[in-house]
Amino acid sequence: MSTLEIRGLKVSVNTDNGTVDILKGVDLTIKSGETHAIMGPNGSGKSTLAYSIAGHPKYTITGGSVTLDGADVLAMTVDERAKAGLFLAMQYPVEVPGVSVSNFLRTAATALRGEAPKLRTWVAEVKGAMEALNMDASFATRNVNEGFSGGEKKRHEIMQLELLKPKMAILDETDSGLDVDALRIVSEGVNRAKADNNLGVLLITHYTRILKYIKPDFVHVFANGHIVEEGGPDLADKLEANGYADYVTK
Amino acid sequence: MSVLATNYLTPTGREEAWRFTPLKRLRGLHDGTCVTSQRHSLISKAPLPAGVTFTREALSPLAVSDDVIIERVRGGAVDVAHLSIASNTELADAIFLTRSEGSLDSAELSRVRISLGTHAKATVIVENIGETVLAEDFEISLAPGSCLTFVSLQEFDSKSVYTARHHAVVDKDATFKSITVTVGGDVVRILPTVEFTAPGASAELLGVYFATTGQFFEHRMHVDHAVPHAKSRVNYKGALAGRDAHTVWIGDVLIRAVAEGTDTYELNRNLLLTDGARADSVPNLEIETGEIVGAGHASTTGRFDDEQLFYLMSRGITLEDARRLVVRGFFNEIISEINNEEVQERLMNRIDGELERAGA
Repeated sequence: MSTLEIRGLKVSVNTDNGTVDILKGVDLTIKSGETHAIMGPNGSGKSTLAYSIAGHPKYTITGGSVTLDGADVLAMTVDERAKAGLFLAMQYPVEVPGVSVSNFLRTAATALRGEAPKLRTWVAEVKGAMEALNMDASFATRNVNEGFSGGEKKRHEIMQLELLKPKMAILDETDSGLDVDALRIVSEGVNRAKADNNLGVLLITHYTRILKYIKPDFVHVFANGHIVEEGGPDLADKLEANGYADYVTK
Repeated sequence: MSVLATNYLTPTGREEAWRFTPLKRLRGLHDGTCVTSQRHSLISKAPLPAGVTFTREALSPLAVSDDVIIERVRGGAVDVAHLSIASNTELADAIFLTRSEGSLDSAELSRVRISLGTHAKATVIVENIGETVLAEDFEISLAPGSCLTFVSLQEFDSKSVYTARHHAVVDKDATFKSITVTVGGDVVRILPTVEFTAPGASAELLGVYFATTGQFFEHRMHVDHAVPHAKSRVNYKGALAGRDAHTVWIGDVLIRAVAEGTDTYELNRNLLLTDGARADSVPNLEIETGEIVGAGHASTTGRFDDEQLFYLMSRGITLEDARRLVVRGFFNEIISEINNEEVQERLMNRIDGELERAGA
């Protein structure tokens, strides 16, 4: 049983026009097996929350804390956060030219497991994960995210989620750019990871459609750098009907 | 004995061709003050297959050169080491040439010729290793319809000096591909040059270089489109790490008025891994006719991409390993073109080692 605890998190970013405060005090607690949806309009700071937890150097933490089972996440390097059990499925996964998917996955698995996975079982493991996400075998020999379609990038992210078995996953707009079939396949991958590893999920999204496939236990409305309303799955239905207008004007 | 130490041949460093080169570190190759030896270091590593001979013989140069050091080599070295591949010979395995000896106390002036008969097909890998001062006039002749992959590996020890011209003359429908790898030596200056003598010829010049603290590596291409319907591609990638690591890439492509239907593109990318290193990159496209298929060039010099490192680290990979992956990946595009796994692995390990030593 793990707990990711975010307390009073404040984050700023340096721009050409000076420092801009983006997160203005975020409180959130996620436990293993729970799925929390964070919904909000564009520019509300949802992605900043995701990247700040993962440790992207662009963001400066100006207040608050993030702990995973009591350990200070903000004091960790990016790779240490992954080793502690955090995973970020990115909205825009990065191309790494010349590095094959299979090499990348094996390097990551070796880093996270502390030893190189045995070749025979590993090959079967990767093959299984790829098949489950309807990915062609040729995928493994392609360079990481290079020339991938939007859907392929997202499948690749969720494949990593299944292979690397984190305790807590942050899914940053994983649904964006997916057609209905791809959305279902990717969602099934997330649900498998939840079922297999009792994964805690922080699901960041703009639209409610992914919530038909990945059922949230809690819904948080995010606006202007903090959570403005919280509730159960019903809240998503209300947002579907009314949009974010009520929160943006507040 | 020194050769041809005439003043008018001695570059001062103000000439366009020499403006980047640290002349003082050339051990007298440029001004003729070096002591020349009678070394003939280039040898074949293994018995040669049928249809291939490797002999020493008197040959006149294939092409003129305006390079001072090449002129000195031609004045001082009579015999040419000649690797000849007979017409219609297709070799499945690469021919390996390597260096048998070297010295820093004297300079070797070397002339080499590779000739492919009509429709011959081969890969030649030259391993430039050891401690040496070496100036080399390397000429390659491709008869009609022949196909050569020429791999030159500069894996010299740290004090070596190598200045060379690798000149290919490519005839009708012949295909020349060179892969130039420079990872060792104090000063390495190579002129990979190509001239096309008939339509349908093509050349692909690929290269990688990795300079660390104090090393100077210069690659100065010249592709001469003097006939119609020839194709050339240039793609060189370099990395630099450590104080005073310096690389120079010059890409001169000339499309003459007669060279209608030319198709050319050249690319140079540099990765600066630390402060204190310098990469010069000068693409230079001269076009005398508009009736061409395409002509372009691109040059980029950048640092580690933070987004790439973040992505890899977010999967648990340490910063050090992430950098190693990115650098390996950067070079992989070219290294993977060498059709020999043993050589590929050796080069990648060397690159890892350089990276580690440079503390990048």
